Amino acid sequence: MKRTQLFTTTAVLTLGLAAAAQAQTLVYCLEGSPEGFDPAPYTAGTTFDASSHAVYDQLIEFAPGSTDTVPGLAESWEVADDGLSITFHLREGVKFQTTSYFTPTRDMNADDVIFSFMRQLDKDHPWYAYAPGISWEYADSTGMTSGVSEIVRVDDHTVRFELTRPDVTLLSAIPMDFGSIMSKEYADQLEAAGTMERLNTHPVGTGPFTFLDYQQDAVIRYETFQDYWNGAQPIDNLVMAITIDPGVRQQKLIAGECDIIPYPNPSDIASLQENSDLTVMQQEGFNVGYLAYNTLQPPFDNAAVRRALNMAINQDAIVDAVFQGTGRAAVSPLPPTSWAFNADLPAHVYDPEAARAALEAEGVTGLSMKIWAMPVQRPYNPNARRMAEMIQADFAAVGVDAEIVSMEWGEYLAQSGEIDRDGAVLLGWTGDNADPDNFLGVLLGCDGVGSNNRAQWCDEDFDNLIQEARVTADESARLEMYLQAQEIFAEEAPWFTVANSVVTMPMRANVTGYVQDPLGMHRFLGVSKD
Amino acid sequence: MLRFTLNRLLLMIPTFIGLTLIAFVFIRLLPGDPVLLLAGERGMSAERHAELLAQFGFDQPYWRQYLDYLTGLMQADFGISFSTKRPVLEEFMARFPATLELSICAIILASVLGITAGIIAAVKRGSWFDQITMGGALVGYSMPIFWWALLLIILFSAKLGWTPVSGRLGLMYFFPHKTGFMLVDSLMSGEKGAFASAVRHLILPTVVLATIPLAVIARQTRSAMLEVLGEVYMMTARSKGLSPARVVGLHALRNALIPVVTTIGLQVSVMMGGAILTETIFSWPGIGKWMIDAITRRDYQVVQGGLLLIALFVMIVNLIVDLLYGLVNPRVRYD
Amino acid sequence: MSVADTEKPISPLVENWHYFTHSRGALVGLIVFMFMVVVALISPWIAPHDPAVQYRDAFLVPPVWEDGGQWKFILGTDSVGRDLLSRIMVGARYSLLIGLVVVAMSLTSGIVVGLIAGFVGGRTDTIIMRIMDILLAFPSLLLALVLVAILGPSLFNAMIAIAVTNLPHFSRLTRGEVMGQKGLDYVTATRVAGASRLRLMFRTILPNCLAPLIVQGTLAFSNAILDAAALGFLGMGAQPPTPEWGTMLADAREYITSAWWVVTMPGLAILVTVIAINLIGDGLRDALDPKLKRS
Repeated sequence: MKRTQLFTTTAVLTLGLAAAAQAQTLVYCLEGSPEGFDPAPYTAGTTFDASSHAVYDQLIEFAPGSTDTVPGLAESWEVADDGLSITFHLREGVKFQTTSYFTPTRDMNADDVIFSFMRQLDKDHPWYAYAPGISWEYADSTGMTSGVSEIVRVDDHTVRFELTRPDVTLLSAIPMDFGSIMSKEYADQLEAAGTMERLNTHPVGTGPFTFLDYQQDAVIRYETFQDYWNGAQPIDNLVMAITIDPGVRQQKLIAGECDIIPYPNPSDIASLQENSDLTVMQQEGFNVGYLAYNTLQPPFDNAAVRRALNMAINQDAIVDAVFQGTGRAAVSPLPPTSWAFNADLPAHVYDPEAARAALEAEGVTGLSMKIWAMPVQRPYNPNARRMAEMIQADFAAVGVDAEIVSMEWGEYLAQSGEIDRDGAVLLGWTGDNADPDNFLGVLLGCDGVGSNNRAQWCDEDFDNLIQEARVTADESARLEMYLQAQEIFAEEAPWFTVANSVVTMPMRANVTGYVQDPLGMHRFLGVSKD
Repeated sequence: MLRFTLNRLLLMIPTFIGLTLIAFVFIRLLPGDPVLLLAGERGMSAERHAELLAQFGFDQPYWRQYLDYLTGLMQADFGISFSTKRPVLEEFMARFPATLELSICAIILASVLGITAGIIAAVKRGSWFDQITMGGALVGYSMPIFWWALLLIILFSAKLGWTPVSGRLGLMYFFPHKTGFMLVDSLMSGEKGAFASAVRHLILPTVVLATIPLAVIARQTRSAMLEVLGEVYMMTARSKGLSPARVVGLHALRNALIPVVTTIGLQVSVMMGGAILTETIFSWPGIGKWMIDAITRRDYQVVQGGLLLIALFVMIVNLIVDLLYGLVNPRVRYD
Repeated sequence: MSVADTEKPISPLVENWHYFTHSRGALVGLIVFMFMVVVALISPWIAPHDPAVQYRDAFLVPPVWEDGGQWKFILGTDSVGRDLLSRIMVGARYSLLIGLVVVAMSLTSGIVVGLIAGFVGGRTDTIIMRIMDILLAFPSLLLALVLVAILGPSLFNAMIAIAVTNLPHFSRLTRGEVMGQKGLDYVTATRVAGASRLRLMFRTILPNCLAPLIVQGTLAFSNAILDAAALGFLGMGAQPPTPEWGTMLADAREYITSAWWVVTMPGLAILVTVIAINLIGDGLRDALDPKLKRS
């Protein structure tokens, strides 16, 4: 059944290709296989690049290259005066894609929006558990599950989200990938046919590219959606070639087999920049890598000890060796691209002598501790082991004996959050949305102790500022609170802030129009090849 | 012959049940909570955690989980992958042809080259050809193949640009994958250059995967030939005035091939292991890479189902080898 | 020579040594291997640098014969400025240790299991051999990977996992030999003389099964080094900063185009060691296997 359908798709495409010999194909070498094509149950950027960023749209979207939001499938929206509801006015005349497995008979309307969200929020919805093991992580973690009581269909092109409490931060979740708008008509057809799981393998959306075919672990193919509401894209075909090894990706780029690649090896960037066939774009990533002490345990409950240990760390050497030019030394838990970043924080001071003296002054001698090193590569830390080894050497120079521990990733995430965890943990965070609360509140607020707050750090002054900012609508007042909170952080030093990564996107020189995204998405709107 | 086959098939049943038990126990022993991995850095509420555990049946007692698993297996249900939420069997079948294609090419290359080299080396024992072949076989046999693969990529792909770096086919070709075997599909597609592209992609991984079996087969063929050539009936054949070519071709080869067939059969299991490394390095979308990913991702169901399916495949190949053994060796009687 | 010695016929050991040294390859292998052992033993004293010290001003220095090479780092440095030569020298300790431990573990357990199966026979034999069949049905690297995933990635756990994958080979071999020897006259004679079961198993039969086990042991030695390196390469073996050769390669993968020496040197070390051991194994087989002895 699946085979025949694939065949018809491909037959159509081969004919199409033969007709337009000059068809422009953009090849993006994806760093891994997508988990599925329904973005809502997943959390990996790879999956979003292959699904929500290509096939789907959201009600509100991020403007290309910024964290500012612009109207997407909703032309406008307003929050009620009491803060208890948000009303979206939907764009009219938005078409869904026609594929070999689905032909839409109507435009996008309120039913599609209600379906897209309610399937994640309502436990009794027929699509709530449409495939085994599906769970709606982002709907849950952004507070939408508990924050939205109902979505009301006002008319064909107006929907109203009824909230359980006034909460402006919900708006910042709407542009996220789990807010992708699916076709209810398609879903109904699948439900009637008893093949609901195809929603996750054969996507239909309103986005710039129509899904054609996915060969397991190898290639995903799309064609440009001619009736895209925001105008058809200049390229004809988009191909995502799954290439996991960064060295291989780079070689394919040089050979011209890839047009754009993400996440090159840090050590190769210099040679890529020298290659005249290539363009290398760089931008600071919306992330931070840190070393979190357990501030509940002696001697790390003493801010002076934490400051002294931080002083022992040669930050520049680590950024050089681990990031190799793809990182910037960080001073704040907020990345510099955030609007609330405090540029006046003091720079890091590396002074082993002073560090040793400060430790002795606090009566800390012969300290032995653990450094936790993540077993995986993350955007905010390309090589945690190497980083841990370097910190270990730095600590040894001031008489602190550190042992590196590591464990399987799931275990690491679980155990590193525990209140009585022993030692300092290397970890990091990539922002989900542009809200500073997504860093400061989630990672350092008192309610994160025992889970996301790896430093187990609960500072009353800091937490009050964060709580107040959450319910303040005035941007400049919020900014003031966040700036102040960062100063408290710098003084109390619950973390050693290691670095913000610099995101590098090498591409063929003939690729034009690519815009790097601060949130780390890879979108191909307006990209063409000369 | 039929009875022998049936007998062997029956014997496979207890072994298979043992396999399911071992795979099941292994997986329950794995540390770490796969459900937590789904959430990543973000973490997950306790209720959500419990809900998901229940969804996968992990809240049941072990014996119950095992029984459910066995019941599922009876209906060819190997479980559902955590990360993709799709049936393990479906995922396996989508990737298995890639591994099979690579392995078949490698085993053919290793057998043809290995047997030929082995025969020549035995016939010309002590010659420079013999010395070089056996020296090469020793090196090949001692090769860390992941390193060998890296060297070949540096030389042929990066420096010379002769072969593609990874994948199975050039991206400009697009046709339905009816069989999953790229060589067959590309021929059937009728697209110009597609077959050549598929071959070019196959060369390096095949060479890497064939290296160890090639060395083993060459050594084995040589020593089997030497043994046979020294035997009495060979002396007779020679004294009867048969030409050396006929001696080698007719008498010696057939007898020497018997242990070689067994060796080739044993190499299939070795190859499934080698495929893990080869596929990882060449981004070959087969089951080796799939298993590695599953182990690092703690995708319990995939590791469990994959182990079982791979072991099943190895068992079936061993059975076929045993049957083949009878064909080349008429002295073996199946009773 | 003492009187006692002359009374015996030529010791089989001496005879085998004679055959062994007859093969040039085996001798070369032995010499290279002994050299490795010596380097491994005295590496802490002869290594030019501490293998763990990071020279922060010398990241990725090429070998001395390349442009930019320094005599201070003869084979160059890795990505955090550690001397490659020193790491490879100290790494020899780990590789040899892996071989030794794995062979010791799988040989002893394999002999015990094989002796029991072969000697006791009956249902015990069937069950044991069925379990071995099951273990053999899994490709050994895959089995080792899963075992390491269970035990947690570390050098010692990798050794255990590899030993387990070797177990079926040793126990099958032992069992086969025991079955062959069991019916022979000298065994029956000893049994009639009233020897205990254990004595029969370990003192009477075992010594006569040793030759193929020794050959298999050398094979296992070199395979263990290769498997451990493969596990290290996949991130499931020795953990950094341990200078185990395979682990060094895993880390070096990203320098495949920019710093070839980081990739080449550890692999070459593995290759040379494994070749040497396999040469010894070939020599031993020729010496111990009467069928292939030169006339």
